[in-house]
Amino acid sequence: MRDTTDQTGPMMAADGTPLKTSLNRALRRQKLRALALIAPLLIFILVTFIAPIADMLFRSVENQIVSDTLPRTTTLLADWEGDSGEIPSPEVFKALYTDIFVAQERKLHTRLGSRLNYELTGVSSLFRKSGRRVEDMGEVYQDQFEDLNDFWKDSETWNALMGSDDWLAEQAAWDDKSDARQPAFEPREEIINLLPQTAETFEIFADFVQNEDEDNLAKEDPWALVYSALYDDLIQEPDISGYGGPGSAELLEAMAAVRTFETVDYTAAFQDIDKDWHDIEVWQTIQTYSPDFTSGYFLNAVDMKKSPDGPEMRPENEQIYIKLFIRTLFMSLVITGSCILLGYPVAWLLANLPARTANLLMILVLLPFWTSLLVRTSAWKVMLQQQGVVNDTLVWLGIVADGGRLALINNQTGTIIAMTHILLPFMILPLYSVMKTIPPSYLRAAKSLGATNWTAFWRVYFPQSVPGIGAGSILVFILAIGYYITPELVGGTTGTFISNRIAYHISSSLNWGLAAALGAILLALVLALYWAYDKIVGIDNVKLGG
Amino acid sequence: MAALTPVSRTPISFYLPVVALAGAIAGLLVGTAQGSPLLGILGGAILMAGLAFLTTQIVKAETPSRWGMVVLLGGAGFLIGGLAAALIGAAFGAFFGWFTFWLFEGRYRAYVPPYLTPGQVLWHHSFRVICGAILVFLITPILVVMPLSFNAQDFFTFTPEMLRFDPAGYSLKHYEDFFTNLDWQGALANSVKIAPAATLLSVAFGTLAAIGLSQAHVPFRRAIMAILISPMIVPLIISAAGMYFFYSRIGLQGTYLGVVLAHAALGIPFVIITVTATLVGFDNSLTRAAANMGAGPVTTFFRVQMPLILPGVISGGLFAFITSFDEVVVVLFVGSAGQKTLPWQMFTGLREQISPTILAVATILVILSIALLTVVEMLRRRSERLRGMSPG
Repeated sequence: MRDTTDQTGPMMAADGTPLKTSLNRALRRQKLRALALIAPLLIFILVTFIAPIADMLFRSVENQIVSDTLPRTTTLLADWEGDSGEIPSPEVFKALYTDIFVAQERKLHTRLGSRLNYELTGVSSLFRKSGRRVEDMGEVYQDQFEDLNDFWKDSETWNALMGSDDWLAEQAAWDDKSDARQPAFEPREEIINLLPQTAETFEIFADFVQNEDEDNLAKEDPWALVYSALYDDLIQEPDISGYGGPGSAELLEAMAAVRTFETVDYTAAFQDIDKDWHDIEVWQTIQTYSPDFTSGYFLNAVDMKKSPDGPEMRPENEQIYIKLFIRTLFMSLVITGSCILLGYPVAWLLANLPARTANLLMILVLLPFWTSLLVRTSAWKVMLQQQGVVNDTLVWLGIVADGGRLALINNQTGTIIAMTHILLPFMILPLYSVMKTIPPSYLRAAKSLGATNWTAFWRVYFPQSVPGIGAGSILVFILAIGYYITPELVGGTTGTFISNRIAYHISSSLNWGLAAALGAILLALVLALYWAYDKIVGIDNVKLGG
Repeated sequence: MAALTPVSRTPISFYLPVVALAGAIAGLLVGTAQGSPLLGILGGAILMAGLAFLTTQIVKAETPSRWGMVVLLGGAGFLIGGLAAALIGAAFGAFFGWFTFWLFEGRYRAYVPPYLTPGQVLWHHSFRVICGAILVFLITPILVVMPLSFNAQDFFTFTPEMLRFDPAGYSLKHYEDFFTNLDWQGALANSVKIAPAATLLSVAFGTLAAIGLSQAHVPFRRAIMAILISPMIVPLIISAAGMYFFYSRIGLQGTYLGVVLAHAALGIPFVIITVTATLVGFDNSLTRAAANMGAGPVTTFFRVQMPLILPGVISGGLFAFITSFDEVVVVLFVGSAGQKTLPWQMFTGLREQISPTILAVATILVILSIALLTVVEMLRRRSERLRGMSPG
């Protein structure tokens, strides 16, 4: 006897394709349709929510500010051996002069100072002071050049020397009252070859004047920095005999004169500004934070710091974050514990009462759940104050003396009371939904077999309610460790959480990197718990309002 | 609930000492308030035991006895401390009247199984008292705020005038301030602008995605679900920090659009959860039947699927609305002064210049949440009824 499929080959669909292919295609189409429905939201969440989180994680390691602000110094500093106990070479100090000069013109040196100040106290004022005084170092050369010949005083003659002929013509034709863009500066080819350092600094100067200050380059006298560069170029005695453009005579004259110029010893000059510039530690800090990415913020967030010998703990009196993390975890645990203690009996009662009464009482649980968080926090603030309702009642009852009113707010007690109240519904609801599924006959059976009340509860009922406790606890714990508003308002100084510190670093101290690193650690903690929650309860089973 | 156990009167040796004990505790409270706890204990115990004996053994009629106790203790309170004390006294009277006869008639056993030992009955009732105390803890803060918002003074506690129920102690001035102060009105206007826009976005995207997610074959369902729920799980301060950094990069920081997008993202998990829960009981043969009768996918969606899942969509939308309407942390960072919302104004009010107008706003918000809670509950029941999940 032969099989039917053998006679007809594979089973066919109505349109003649094999049934298997046809079914596969239908399944694929179904999957695609489902994905197409989900895609808009997924993209929306990725852009509005996941990308910001990724940005925050990126910021916790990003550190381009040092190498952006001090490009020449950090390049040279890469070869410096900090362990040798010697300060960097004069070239490094010269590069530092150029970098700080440019940075102070662009007003970036204070930002860098505050950035490095997170790592080494005192650097901020060092940079501010240096920014004010680098100008003096350049003026030594500027004065000598200007004394030598009036040619060097004037912006027009400088432009004629440095700029290309085409650009000079365009700039002359440009009307600085008009809306047209200022023609961008182009350097003169011969000068680039003859005076490379001068050309480079002049280009930086021109770019700054034209694009950042948006002033007319023709009317701006060059920075003192350009004069220093000119001195450095001319002291090398370049062969300028072949050059016949504007200012060739003055260049020759200057080249002859520079040998007699008073010079600047940058190493000594910086020491003169602040002796900290000869402190190895300052240079080690700059060198350590030269790379574009750093683990410094994360080390900072766990009370450690980078040092030339690798990460090390900060001194005892500067350690705050580990303590704060421990306090956050401890207080969240206490809050979770009190929620279990208060939530368990209520959930039991709700699950065992007749439906009508239970629904009525459920409203008492759901009403706080639906009430604005700020309303509940302000209610606690009102109730727990020194002159608040709770203290007034206690004094009226004679339980505490009028002079001995309890400090219930602006400390840990305040945070724990208010947050237990706020998070209690999140414990009661999962507990209730689990307890609802435990048949009451089990307890009766245990008792009829001779168990005492306690044994029946502890050995029969409680184990069955553990999933509810687990779900509720993780939910409450996750919500508690990330709380910001309530600790901020009722926590004072001792009842605040790590999140308050994050907010402080974003809005007050502006140490965004550290805020991002603290946030990343907190996020890792929460995601680990989220994963556990998913394993135990399943995200699909999250219920809202019973 | 029908009575489980036949009840009978209890002997005098049982209820008289119990009532005396309760009287002693009440007397302790009143006594300490008046400065002499010991006298309070003795007086309370003797007074209550005497009243209990009088009403149960001599008067023997329950209703007049109980009313008598209310009037007697209320009157005593009035003589000691005016109207407020009279109310407290009357409350004590009502409680003791009920308590005496509850014990005397043995009613305390009526609703517990007959086989319980006296210890178990005691535990049964103490347990309910404990639960009652916890429920009071849950609800008190909200109840305290409401009367305080009518305070005529700028205090955050009950003034003596309020306790005396003196009309001069109450006023609507904090409400007046809320409705006339430009700061508060501006904040309200911003909230009213931002929340509906955010809700609309969350509901539109969320409903589509929830329908997609409840199809039979969705690749990476678990991972997608985890991403979509994450705004609810990630601590708000982290979302706020990330959004602040990222939105400043792309120029959305300090704009309405930025705040609306941020709030929409935060509201989406709620829409997803409620709508997928509604779709769990959805009978897919309905859509097939519609298709069979010639309806296109769009018609099927709007005429068949949508009406059935509408309760879920609306309650998800309400959740999203309340999330946005109640949100402070993210708007604090993503918004600028121009987008100051109601919760933001409350937050600054609580942190800096603490003004009782906050309590008036709080009361209005509580009423709003009661209204929303009622709507959501009704929708949930309707949806369960529609899908035949519960008989009610």
